[in-house]
Amino acid sequence: MEYMNHSTRSHLRELEAESIFVLREVAAQFERPALLFSGGKDSIVMTWLALKAFYPARLPFPLVHIDTGHNFPETIHYRDALVEQTGARLIVGSVQDSIDRGRVVEEKGFHASRNMLQTVTLLDTIAQHGLDCCMGGARRDEEKARAKERFFSHRDEFGQWDPRNQRPELWNLFNGRKHMGEHFRVFPLSNWTEMDIWQYILLEGIEMPSLYFTHEREVFCRDGVWLAALPCIPRRDSESVEVHRVRCRTIGDITCTGLTLSEANSLEDIICEIAATRVTERGGRADDKRSESAMEDRKKEGYF
Amino acid sequence: MELASNGYLDMELLRFTTAGSVDDGKSTLIGRLLYDSKSIFEDQMEAVRQASMVRGHEEVNLALLTDGLRAEREQGITIDVAYRYFATPRRKFIIADTPGHIQYTRNMVTGASTAHAALILVDARQGVLEQTLRHAYIASLLRIPHVVFCINKMDLAGFGQNVFSDITAQLRAFELKLGLQFVHFVPVSAKWGDNVVDRSERMPWYEGPTLLELLEEIPVGAGIGPGARFPVQYVVRPNSDAFHDYRGYAGRVAGGCFAVGDKVQVLPSGQESVIASIDLYRESLTETSGAQSVTIRLRDDVDVSRGDMLVKNDPLPVTGQDIVAMICWMNPRALRQGNKYILRHTSAEVRCVVRTLESRVQISTLEEVVPCDALEMNGLGRIRLRTTRPLVFDAYRDNRNTGSFVLIDEGTFETVGAGMIVC
Ligand SMILES: Nc1nc2c(ncn2[C@@H]2O[C@H](COP(=O)(O)OP(=O)(O)O)[C@@H](O)[C@H]2O)c(=O)[nH]1
Repeated sequence: MEYMNHSTRSHLRELEAESIFVLREVAAQFERPALLFSGGKDSIVMTWLALKAFYPARLPFPLVHIDTGHNFPETIHYRDALVEQTGARLIVGSVQDSIDRGRVVEEKGFHASRNMLQTVTLLDTIAQHGLDCCMGGARRDEEKARAKERFFSHRDEFGQWDPRNQRPELWNLFNGRKHMGEHFRVFPLSNWTEMDIWQYILLEGIEMPSLYFTHEREVFCRDGVWLAALPCIPRRDSESVEVHRVRCRTIGDITCTGLTLSEANSLEDIICEIAATRVTERGGRADDKRSESAMEDRKKEGYF
Repeated sequence: MELASNGYLDMELLRFTTAGSVDDGKSTLIGRLLYDSKSIFEDQMEAVRQASMVRGHEEVNLALLTDGLRAEREQGITIDVAYRYFATPRRKFIIADTPGHIQYTRNMVTGASTAHAALILVDARQGVLEQTLRHAYIASLLRIPHVVFCINKMDLAGFGQNVFSDITAQLRAFELKLGLQFVHFVPVSAKWGDNVVDRSERMPWYEGPTLLELLEEIPVGAGIGPGARFPVQYVVRPNSDAFHDYRGYAGRVAGGCFAVGDKVQVLPSGQESVIASIDLYRESLTETSGAQSVTIRLRDDVDVSRGDMLVKNDPLPVTGQDIVAMICWMNPRALRQGNKYILRHTSAEVRCVVRTLESRVQISTLEEVVPCDALEMNGLGRIRLRTTRPLVFDAYRDNRNTGSFVLIDEGTFETVGAGMIVC
């Protein structure tokens, strides 16, 4: 009865109860929901909460991984092991496929990233599987444009987010009604902060991919951000490769996953490090640096 | 391990909302709270420093920290609420920040719906305005347990005690009329930080807590009403060999407490059974605590599905099809007598018709006016509804979870109204 030892009024238990409530609303209100699994810590926590929400039944929805083809191998191992352990159904939408089929054109140059291309693959995957709701692990504290996002976010037929036309959300009454062809994005972790996520991982003893802990890696520095020195990220001559002890603070596509110089070797270390850090988590994401309103623009197009 | 033992993993969570007229200093106050409680990251602060310079401000303008909304306001984008987060070693806070422009009623109602506390700003030079009273009225209507009046810009009022006590006295007189539950008053200067996080040396006559101290001390326990209520969200049936006969009712406790062995009724059907187990993932609980999300199994094979409610007789909620409610209208298409809507209440969804629009609240005098034939956007009124099927409910004043509902347009599926059940 480990659970009873914790004060049930603690912020983590309240956030947990709220997220489980949202996950169950999704299962009840939608016909073909899915959980977007990126391999990052937020989607790992979201999956954990989903397992709790429906236990002892299996997840009543599949995991969807939009695979850019530029993954750290650890991410794929972690994903496959999770699927194996939980018996969850996995759908993989491949950006490489979208490129091969001519749906999108690969970006060129030093800042080429498949992050933007994901949107098309995601919308194709949604259409192919007839999904009417995709749950994402986004948090409102991540970025200014997300502060006003709802738990239930309505998307039109083109998958677009219209900030002018979002439904008011009151109490814990979520309105998932929609017309044919429309769908929803739902964010069960809306009220969590980066700190909450790590504290919860520690509290629950959730196993995490090794990338989050310190390891030695060949890296190079671009615009103040450390990136992995790998063939899928072309380097300028001036960008020299160095070896450092680093860890990931968020994990996404390799080309835009910023690495933090860190010695953090345990969850406790990570929490202490975050408590002392004075830079936001997205400060390390190359894709957000492209422009002031980068996130806002991508959201409108149907990015998570 | 130190982190777990020093309480870091075990903070309380307080949700509060903010309200004030434009230029009362709401953005500055929130910026000050975030800044002085060291919740601002360097890259965010640097962005604000630069933006302040670009705009030619002498000092760093803390209001810009929450400036996302301002630009949108100028572009006419509808933002009802933006959420912000900060933490002290004692508590984690969620701020529902509602822009105070024309659509204030709808915005404030949205932000207030989940709040334990409301901060209402008053400009010390202007004193109590009509707007202040509206905000207080909405806080009372939404049954926010704690209302904190922040008398701001005290620096521009000479930090005078009289200014503060005059405003306090006026608000106290009004408060009695509204029946607010707990009311607090703090004299602050958001711009200079007096009594926000750090105690002001310029107002030695004020002996109460600073705003942050108050926010850290307001009790958060009073989240759910006393009568035991469990709306069933989802039926868990594993269909696996290991859990062949498992049938659990998943939901979040919406009132009171449930324990194994408790006699419960399933409403609206009225069947009775006894709680066999309360499951939370792999654990089994002996009883629930607060608004937990759990899965309840019953001893008997009764017919229960989403939309039903498990309750205890302490006392029973109302089961019925006729409802009187206060409603806040949120849509450009007005509410009229005879209109039909989808009504969503706890996990239940039914159709309903507006039998009568009984009165409209005259916001300037806070009186209910009769008669009226339409309730426009941002209007507050009293309506009588008839539902197609029975609902299981409490009065909103007794339980915010089982006393609230939203109305949904049958054509557009927009959420158009927020209702609080009177009886
Ligand atoms: N002197 C003084 N000015 C203040 C104070 N708080 C806010 N202001 C100023 O009042 C103006 C409006 O403040 P702002 O926070 O933008 O108001 P909002 O519209 O309520 O968000 C700004 O110029 C602030 O610098 C205060 O305590 N003292």
